[in-house]
Amino acid sequence: MAGIPVPTGRAPANRRAPALIQGLRSGDTFAHLITLLCAASVLLLSIALVYELYTNSTTAQHKFGLRFLTGRTWDPVSGEFGALPFVFGTLVTSALALLMAVPLGVGAAIFLSELAPPRISNALTFVIELLAAVPSVIYGLLGIFITAPFLRQYGEPFLKRTLGFLPLFQGPMYGVGVLTAGFVLAIMVVPFVISLSREVLMAVPMDQREGALGLGATKWESTWQVVVPYARLGIMASIFLALARALGETMAVTMVIGNDPKISSSLFAPGYSIAAVIANEFAEATADLHLQALIELGLVLFALTIVINGLARIVIISTTQKGSSQ
Amino acid sequence: MKKLSNPAIIIMSAALVLTSLVAFHSSASNAAPVPTPDQIMLTGAGATFPYPIYSKWFSDYNKIHSNIQINYQSIGSGAGIRQLLSGTVDFGASDVPMNDEQLGQAKTKILHFPTVLGAVVPIYNISGVSRELNFTGEVLADIYLGKITKWNDPEIAKYNNGVSLPAQDIVVVHRSDGSGTTYVWTDYLSKVFTEWQSKVGRNASVNWPVGLGGKGSEGVTGLVKETPGALGYVELTYALQNKIAYGRVRNAAGVFVKAGIAGVTAAAAGYATVMPEDFRISITNAPGESAYPIASFTYLLIPTRIENATKKKVITDFLGWMLNDGQEDAEPLTYAPLPKEVVAKELKQISQIQ
Repeated sequence: MAGIPVPTGRAPANRRAPALIQGLRSGDTFAHLITLLCAASVLLLSIALVYELYTNSTTAQHKFGLRFLTGRTWDPVSGEFGALPFVFGTLVTSALALLMAVPLGVGAAIFLSELAPPRISNALTFVIELLAAVPSVIYGLLGIFITAPFLRQYGEPFLKRTLGFLPLFQGPMYGVGVLTAGFVLAIMVVPFVISLSREVLMAVPMDQREGALGLGATKWESTWQVVVPYARLGIMASIFLALARALGETMAVTMVIGNDPKISSSLFAPGYSIAAVIANEFAEATADLHLQALIELGLVLFALTIVINGLARIVIISTTQKGSSQ
Repeated sequence: MKKLSNPAIIIMSAALVLTSLVAFHSSASNAAPVPTPDQIMLTGAGATFPYPIYSKWFSDYNKIHSNIQINYQSIGSGAGIRQLLSGTVDFGASDVPMNDEQLGQAKTKILHFPTVLGAVVPIYNISGVSRELNFTGEVLADIYLGKITKWNDPEIAKYNNGVSLPAQDIVVVHRSDGSGTTYVWTDYLSKVFTEWQSKVGRNASVNWPVGLGGKGSEGVTGLVKETPGALGYVELTYALQNKIAYGRVRNAAGVFVKAGIAGVTAAAAGYATVMPEDFRISITNAPGESAYPIASFTYLLIPTRIENATKKKVITDFLGWMLNDGQEDAEPLTYAPLPKEVVAKELKQISQIQ
């Protein structure tokens, strides 16, 4: 809120009617007020959200305290609730998704913006934007009926044969599990990465490219050493948007993750995510404490998103400084 | 652009906002029927399992009494109970009877009216086995506790003579969303196996010792179909409508029964003599040779005091209609109708509504 500049030379619009009319006539004050309201509503909405989540989970907070974050048992029958397996599942699936989606997405964006003929680029971009609009339940169904059987029959046995010495790729292969959830999430967020990164790359001024080429760089050298670093911030932003989507994704994840609140070193094992358990158990949670624990999980997801976004900011700021000092 | 002065823009946009508001208002009033003075609207919320038959009932009832509209939101039993307790709906619906604590929170006494019956069946996917398998409650509990892990375990083979069971791992599949189906399943396992009762217990969602969770009946079915060696459980209605093969379960009389509409009604009839006044009874593991053991009622939850006299009349009249004519809709929609004894008892309970 502090970032919005308030014009100082003009009397506040609500104090004097003639000033208001004056402001309206010019349109400036009017626009200023409207946009201020828009901006304020976003902040108010966030505050209201946190307030609601907080006040509706006080009993659970008092009962469990910090144990809620470290507990590994989620037992609605005995009323014992711990969030750790859900936090773990959320973080691991999102990390996996980014690990797969970012190289693929940025690579595709570079091709589309720099190398592909415009006709192909436009056609592909249209398809990618279509993919971004597919409802997540469709991705979930594809996950159950195509991705999971494929990973069970080919993908996971292959990983076990080649990388089976790592604890990550051991244990029974069900097809559904953390790996599959990460895979489906990757498919879901890749269109975001491609679409936004491409926009940012296209916005790099032509003279940057021409300058690099003029200095004797090859086409690829100009792309990789000049255009991509120039667009770095925008590409980062696209990745964080993808991450936000991955963290909060519910439907597609719950359909393929196996929904078992356990922490396992193996990526083949089933897991559970915060958004998935809230969606799964909220409607039928009859016990008060169960409901409160689910709401507190919502608070945890909110905090998690803030922490990750904060870290993202720090990364952006530090890399920007590095960039400018060069 | 300069010619169009700013006030003109403002006036034009204000006019635009106004017209759109007016348009929105008129379209909104078109969507929702305007209640005429004699139009009566009732709202209810709760269980998803009986939603298909409830929506048929409410629409049929509306055909008979065109001035009565009953809106039902299938938001889940737990949410239905909460909405009823907070007084935002006229009636609730639940697959699981309300417990004493919840009844204590209610401002007025709440009556349970069983409407139809449901059953839960075991479904499986074993390569090379096409015959119906026999299960006992103990075997199912041991599998869901993670003690029996292979299909060719002697405990399973014992009840399935002549079936060559493979040495395949059993992949246990359960519901991940809170569900009345899970309540009935875990209630049955708790009744027949004390270790299940002490380790896991009964609830709409429990802490499963092993297994994969599928979201909804379709999620469980999808996982079972796609995973070799899987064992899961779904509503009988769902299995029948989607033509999914399912196994027999041994009942309290020692007979292996294949779930069917008659067997489910028989389970409720088996408990008719010991039925408590408030109908809050679990009918799993019912006595009787033909009774299917994993069955339950689903309930409408009605407050005993309804201030609005017309609403009261509509509710009592609807309950009477549902218990007589409405029961005939059950079988075509693959629900089990109530046994006669229970219907007679419920008709008496209607008079308690004041």
